[in-house]
Parts: sequence; structure tokens; C-alpha cells
Amino acid sequence: MNNILAIAHKELKSYFSTPIAYVVVGFFAFLFGYFFYAMLIIFNQQSAQFEGQGGGADINQQLIRPLFLNASVILLFVLPLITMRTYSEEKRSGTIELLLTSPLSDVQIILGKFLGAMGLYAAMIAITAVHMALLFSYGNPEWKVVVTGYIGLLLMGGCFISVGLLISSLTKNQIVSGMATFAVFLLLWVINWIASFTGPTTQSVLNYLSITDHFDDFTRGILDTKHLVYYFSVMSFGLFLTARSVDTERWKG
Amino acid sequence: MIEVQHLTKRYGPVTAVDDVSFTVERGEILGFLGPNGAGKTTTMRVLTGYMPPTGGKAIVAGYDVLEQPLEAKRRTGYLPETPPLYPEMTVREYLTFVSKIKGVPRGERKARVDEMMRKTHVDDMANRHCGKLSKGYRQRVGLAQALMHNPDVLILDEPTAGLDPKQIIETRQLIRGLAGDHTIILSTHILPEVSQTCQRVVIINRGKVVAVDTPDNLTSRLRGSETMYLQVDAAGADAESILQRVSGVTRVSVADTKQQVIGYEVDSEAGRDVRRELAAAVVSRGWGLLEMRPMRMSLEEIFLHVTTEEAPAQAAAPAEVAHE
Repeated sequence: MNNILAIAHKELKSYFSTPIAYVVVGFFAFLFGYFFYAMLIIFNQQSAQFEGQGGGADINQQLIRPLFLNASVILLFVLPLITMRTYSEEKRSGTIELLLTSPLSDVQIILGKFLGAMGLYAAMIAITAVHMALLFSYGNPEWKVVVTGYIGLLLMGGCFISVGLLISSLTKNQIVSGMATFAVFLLLWVINWIASFTGPTTQSVLNYLSITDHFDDFTRGILDTKHLVYYFSVMSFGLFLTARSVDTERWKG
Repeated sequence: MIEVQHLTKRYGPVTAVDDVSFTVERGEILGFLGPNGAGKTTTMRVLTGYMPPTGGKAIVAGYDVLEQPLEAKRRTGYLPETPPLYPEMTVREYLTFVSKIKGVPRGERKARVDEMMRKTHVDDMANRHCGKLSKGYRQRVGLAQALMHNPDVLILDEPTAGLDPKQIIETRQLIRGLAGDHTIILSTHILPEVSQTCQRVVIINRGKVVAVDTPDNLTSRLRGSETMYLQVDAAGADAESILQRVSGVTRVSVADTKQQVIGYEVDSEAGRDVRRELAAAVVSRGWGLLEMRPMRMSLEEIFLHVTTEEAPAQAAAPAEVAHE
């Protein structure tokens, strides 16, 4: 456990002692801020309309849920930037030799790197708490829905990060790693678009595979074990394959 | 302390290390010598557990590197060819990280990091980023990293590569000072390094061990004849044949000519001292004897000798390329 934390700490430190963390977190905050502002205006307008018709708009369904969904879109672009260097950079600079010849197991190294990336990711989405706090101080959203939304965001990010780690462990080149990760994320996101045009079996498989489809329920305040199982399986499968990939690399030399 | 038995490593169809066996005793410094691409780094990477062997066995500090890798790694320090530094960390941060992953107990870490920085003379750079260090400092921080957990076995891949002469001398002294407490394997393709630092030498060429011995034994074993260098001023035209006639001399050749001064290389039968006769032959004819010294077969020549023995097959290939 100490070894895992040592690696995670090192990863976090290297994110924050290079411009990476600041650029990633900064632009995420900027984009999310813009979405927040835009949706707030729209929501206010709708809300005024509804008020005229005698009912109020639901802040959870009509503001917070779209915000979470939009955050998940930004993640698609931002997370490859976090994971693309994790292994690639160590392989390129030769520091992987230090890790692999130290008394550490592959699993410890991988979990350390995963936790490090998760740490940066958590710091990134923590910024959106400011926006949520604003909503809570001026309106009265339901806090449970916000909490499940954050749980969903963390789990979905964890899946993306584990897949990103896997891809990064396959190449020395950061650009290759980043682009491949982005392509895979995007595909996982839109894979169910063609679902309705296929047969019933393929349809349910495609729907099941879509990472973002599983996220939807979280934004409605639903914690379904089906989705938890899905996210945790993708995460562990990604990390498992990363371990295999690192081991294979070792045999190939 | 280190036992390598029939070690083989293949990369696809390429055999990088072919049935290599040797042992290193506790406290010994073993030089690992060979041209670039001979398989030195690959052997070292197997010994450090960085990669598994295709065949054979490597036992380091009593643990098989394949069966019990963590135990073996706990007792091994490794300095790869490029020191594995994180450019964005300061020297102190880096060494502290190393102390953590090498299993130095929490309470001892700070003292240990300070000690290693003093030992490798990098303490004045403690707060400098690793990426901004000069080559010499990088190498020394790399060495500090390898020594961090006080390992029984130290494996150093070209520890003096890229250093300036003063740093090379310092590094060699440091390495010699480590022997006794640590068992050391160091690889190099610089020969004087071996004769100055190592007690025993393994010469490896194209994946195979071609010689294992002490530097002195290697020198004498391969020296079949004695060679003398003579520098003569204003020698007559028949000088070469006159020298040739001195009893015990087997061969005379002109090594260099500077106007009137001619340098000769004189081979003689092994174990026979022909210096007096040579001097008399020159002086009695009124020529000036400017210099006379024995030429020993240097490690350089031994190295070339043992690594080019299979030369014919090897030499044919580049020749063909030249025709194209």
C-alpha cells in the first residue's frame, strides 16, 4: 500500500510541477464555467416561462442534469491529456527502468499511476463544486441528485483513466497514445448511436457498452447496481489488461 | 553472490545473449567488457529483473531473479545507461521518492538521502531540478539512486560514460571504495577502466563470453612475444637488417619516420631480454639511440584480439555492402 501511495504521490507531483495540471484543470474550469453560464441563462428563461404558466422548472432535471452530461463531454477531450503520458513518458525517458527494477510489483505501479491520475481528475471536478454551491445558495436543488451525479462522474472518469493507462502502456509516443485514447473514448461514447438500427441482441450489447449511457441514471439521482457493476468491471478490466501489457512488454524486451 | 548459468535472451529471431555463464564472488568488482551491441546491457537487465531471460538462470544475492524477483530486487541496485531521472523533480525529491520505492523505512529516509547525496557529491545540487543537471551530476544522482537501499549487489551500466576526465577519476574512486561492502558488476567499452577498477574481467562479444580472467592474466596470457620500441637517429640504410641479425630477434619493422629519426618495432622471443644487444648494435655503429622501451600488449589489443577472432565471416558482410 505504501508503494502504491508513493507512486501516486509522485504522479500527482509530476502533474503539478509541469504545466499539465494547470492547463488541464484551467481549461476544464473555463469550459465548464461557460456551459454553466449558458445553461443558467436558458434555465432562467424557461423558468420564467413556466412560472407564467403556473408551474416552476425543476432545477435538478433542467439545469444540473444537463450540466453533468456536458461535463462528461468535456472529459472526453480532457482525460486523454491526463493519461497519455503516464506510461509513454516513462518508457521514452527510461525511468521505467527504475520502476521495474525496484522492489515493486506491476500491480502496485499500475494502481499508483491510476490513483495519481484519479487524484488530478478529482481535483478537476472539485472545481465544479463552486458552481453547485452557487445553485444551492440561490435555489434549492435536491442534494442527493448532485451527490449521485458526482459519484457517476468519478466512476466514469475512472473507466476512461483505466482505458487511457492501457493505451499509454502500449506506446512510447505520447501523441499516438493521446490520439488513440481519444478515439477509443469517443467510440465508447457514441457506440449506441447505431443501436436502434440493429437487431435486438446487438442493440442491447451496444447500449450496454456505451460508457455515457450508464452515466445517465446517475444524473437522475438513481444509484443502480447494474451501472456500478459495469463501471467497476470496465475499470478492473482496463487495469488488468494494463498489467498484462506491461508484463508482455517485459518479455519482448 | 551472483551466479549466471547458461543465460540466453532472444528478441524474436535475434539472439542478444547466448549461453552466458559466470559467477561473481562477494565483494568483487567484475568488469563487463565488450563492443557496443555485444549483449552487456541485456545481461544486466536480466540480472536486475527488468526483463526475464529466454533460457538459463540468474541468481542474485541468493534469489533467482525469475522465481523471487522482489527479494532479488531488494538486494540489487541498478544504474542504467541513461540515469532514470524525473526532470521535473529536484534531486532531493527524486532521491526521497527512490528511498520510498526501494523500501527504506520512513524514519531513516531523510538521513539516508542526505548520506547518499554527500557520498556521491551532489549535495550542492539538492534543490536543483534533475532536468537541469549536467551529465556528470545526472550520472552521480543515478549512482546515489542505485546505492539508496544499501544493496548487496550493484549493477552499473557504463557508469563513466559521458563524464569529463576529472569526474571519471572521481567516479572510479567512488566505485573502488564501494567494493567489499558491495558486489559490483560494471560494464564498459573503455578498456583502461577495467584494468584500473576491476578485479576480474568478462569479455563478451556478440552475445557470447569469449574470456574470463583478471586483467593481468589476460595481458600475460595473450602475450606470446615481447616487443621493443627503438628510436634511432641517423641510422644507416641497412639498420633494419642489422637489427634483424641480433640473436633472439624475430621481426623488425619501421613504426614511424621523422626526418632522420626512425622508430622501429622489434619483436623477440618470449622471455629473452635483447635490450643490451640491441643497444650495442646501434651505438657501435655510431647511430644515436634516442629511445628504447618495451611495448606491452595493452588490454586494447587483447580486446581486439579476442573480439575479432571470428572475423572472417563477420568481415565478409560489410565488404558485400561496399560493392552495391
